[in-house]
Amino acid sequence: MNADRTPPHSILEIRDLTVRLPPGGDRTNAVENVSMHVNAGEIVCVVGESGSGKSVTAQTVIGLLPREQLTPTSGSVIFEGEDVLTLSRERMRGLRGKRISMIFQEPMTALNPVVRVGRQIAEVFRSHGLEPGRGGMPSISDLLESVRLPEPERLQNSYPHQLSGGQRQRIMIAMALALSPSLLLADEPTTALDVTTQARILKLIREMQDRYHNGVLFITHDFGVVAEIADRVVVMRDGQVVEQGPTDRILRNPQQDYTRMLISAVPSMVPAKRKRAPDAPVALRTENLAKTYGGGSWFRKGWEVKAAEAVNLELRRGQTLGIVGESGSGKSTVARCVVRLIDPTGGKVYLGDTEIGNVRLRELKPMRKRIQIIFQDPYRSLNPRRSIGKSLIEGPTNFGVPEREAWARAVQLLEIVGIDPDAHARFPHQFSGGQRQRICIARALAMEPDVLVADEAVSALDVSVQAQVLDLLTDIRDRFDLSVLFITHDLRVAAQVCDSVAVMHQGRVVEYEPVEQLFAAPTHPYTRELLAAAPGRHWNFQAFCEATETVAALDG
Amino acid sequence: MTTDVSFEAGARDERALSVWAATLRFLLRNRSVQIGGGLLVLMIAIALLAPLLWTVSPTRLDTAMRLRPPGPDAWMGTDPFGRDVYSRVIYGSRISLLVGLTVAMTAALVGTVLGILAGYIRWLDGILMRVMDGLMAIPAILLAIAMIAVLGAGIGSVIIAITVPEVPRVVRLVRSIVLSVREEPYVEAAVALGTPGHLVMVRHILPNTIAPLLVQGTYICAFAILIESILSFLGAGVPPTIPTWGNIMAEGRIYFQISPWNIFFPATFLALTILSVNVLGDGLRDTLDPRLQRSV
Repeated sequence: MNADRTPPHSILEIRDLTVRLPPGGDRTNAVENVSMHVNAGEIVCVVGESGSGKSVTAQTVIGLLPREQLTPTSGSVIFEGEDVLTLSRERMRGLRGKRISMIFQEPMTALNPVVRVGRQIAEVFRSHGLEPGRGGMPSISDLLESVRLPEPERLQNSYPHQLSGGQRQRIMIAMALALSPSLLLADEPTTALDVTTQARILKLIREMQDRYHNGVLFITHDFGVVAEIADRVVVMRDGQVVEQGPTDRILRNPQQDYTRMLISAVPSMVPAKRKRAPDAPVALRTENLAKTYGGGSWFRKGWEVKAAEAVNLELRRGQTLGIVGESGSGKSTVARCVVRLIDPTGGKVYLGDTEIGNVRLRELKPMRKRIQIIFQDPYRSLNPRRSIGKSLIEGPTNFGVPEREAWARAVQLLEIVGIDPDAHARFPHQFSGGQRQRICIARALAMEPDVLVADEAVSALDVSVQAQVLDLLTDIRDRFDLSVLFITHDLRVAAQVCDSVAVMHQGRVVEYEPVEQLFAAPTHPYTRELLAAAPGRHWNFQAFCEATETVAALDG
Repeated sequence: MTTDVSFEAGARDERALSVWAATLRFLLRNRSVQIGGGLLVLMIAIALLAPLLWTVSPTRLDTAMRLRPPGPDAWMGTDPFGRDVYSRVIYGSRISLLVGLTVAMTAALVGTVLGILAGYIRWLDGILMRVMDGLMAIPAILLAIAMIAVLGAGIGSVIIAITVPEVPRVVRLVRSIVLSVREEPYVEAAVALGTPGHLVMVRHILPNTIAPLLVQGTYICAFAILIESILSFLGAGVPPTIPTWGNIMAEGRIYFQISPWNIFFPATFLALTILSVNVLGDGLRDTLDPRLQRSV
């Protein structure tokens, strides 16, 4: 919209911003002496782990800090020449949505579920006394078309639940850009989306920014996303700016150790090289495994969903088999069938030589020892009311190990996974997400299993913590000669830890190859799409340079 | 390692104790819990200490003393049979509290067992819940009167008659908690660790029901006290030989115009007791619910 494109002028300038936390927290300020700026036509990425103050910074800019809990104590936030910290509430409301707008992480909760999306978009206009399609304003169909949503006429009469996550996020973007604001704040807008959807949304944000020539402050924890989208990068840690500069400079030549650590923690698409025995005994095998959900009840008609169909997998001792797919692909269903948390509706599961997919629960019990599972959400995988020591001894005591022996083993295991054994009397909420995931691994190891199933076990963690937990998983696999079934949506992670990878799509395995082969020469179109969508695929983060190998060839 | 283990056991006990003490202290910070709980404790003390509180026998008839207004001889006046209303009200609190607390506990216990069965055994769920739906379709008082007609009047049958209509509410509450908690990854992890079903229930699922049950229990208690009074007032409850707030009011009803104290005092006690239990329940809900949400 700005005709004048040549001289970059600053839209947002944050100077020495400090935001105080309520007393009693682990630090005094959420954000401390933070300075950064965003120019017109520029995407600035704020990168940091959870708790680094990146979201608080964005909330301060748009005036959405939780009142009475977080208060800016010093500094200024100059937006188009005005300090937003000193503006009245009415003036701020006038700016919000019109000059500054924001898109959020959860497209599910950011839209009102009981109002048609068309009306929700119209509300953006009406709250500023405008009407869509009149007085030079774009119509709702135009907006929906501009964010590349199909059938705008039909879509604007839909409710949010009738749309996919990606479509909802597009609606959010349409709302954010409706009044062509000069500044767009994006708080992890793609974190909750699948990789392929993420790639499309990132592309859309780039396109929109080209068209409207506005400034974008983009918050993320993923340097892969940074490599895709950012013009400049601001790295934050514990509420302070560690380093900032142009993307290329930061990625190639980070000055600070922390930045260096964050960047190198991003798993690259280049498969890790590792020797493996091709004739190791098979630890876990599935034969035409299938799971169909559905069936009617007294008052409901029957319905059927084929969550997994004809899944044939083979996992050898001491190796890692990855199952990669997007949400709804059936990968978790396979994991849960294999551990018998749900009963498969067809096919067989062999643990060693024993079939466990169809046996009765009583016969299954002795087999439980041999296969263990780690879940995605570290905050819900441990009983909040039991000390971690008690959680650790639960499994072994179920199988008759005397409590004293189980305690001794628990102490050893805590040491192995890198948790202070003296902490065994503490409760889960006293640990961080990464530590809890380590405790979950220890709990699984306490059973001395042959097979470990990791169901998105690192997906909820920050990249740096993710790298540590992945190292731990690899370490214990080699140390205990474990076989790992590794479920993930992230091809980059799979490249780092897996020996072979099965790609699942709509309940079926569409491609199943050794990891090098899959990345070098993917045959199935869906696999190619997944590979092409992985953020930062052009970059080798460990070497701080562009990726030269296999993956870059994909786009050709 | 031996010393370690014994140290551990000691530490665990201490820990458990301090958790309870901390929870109690936490609850007592709430103003509603203080007021409601305090008033309820006072009522219980009155009921327990009834013989010491300058009462006479609540059933002693004295025809010379009929329908006396409140005065130095009879603090709350006397009823149509010359019985001391003060003594009757104080002794009557025993029945109300006994019925209220017993019903709350029985309903919670029975409801929890049924709720767990419904939530955990899939085929039983449909049958059990339809029975509960059926029970909830009948007004509680009608159901209670019908049951007393079958069982015969008496404290025991009053307790049963009030408990039965209350059970479905508890069943629904417990079932919904069981259904949501059993999907929690930590419960699935316990299953994968080979923990037997009943231990999964006791260790991992049941503790989540305690706080909501405590809150629900207070409401049931208040409701039961009210229903008992209504039943006794209608003559369908505790036999008239035992004084309860309900039948004191029933007997005073026809003389209400000339001697309102027969109704005023028992009604005040009834209202205060129910108020205290409800205020306590509100306070418990306010303190326990946000904490539940935070811990999930």
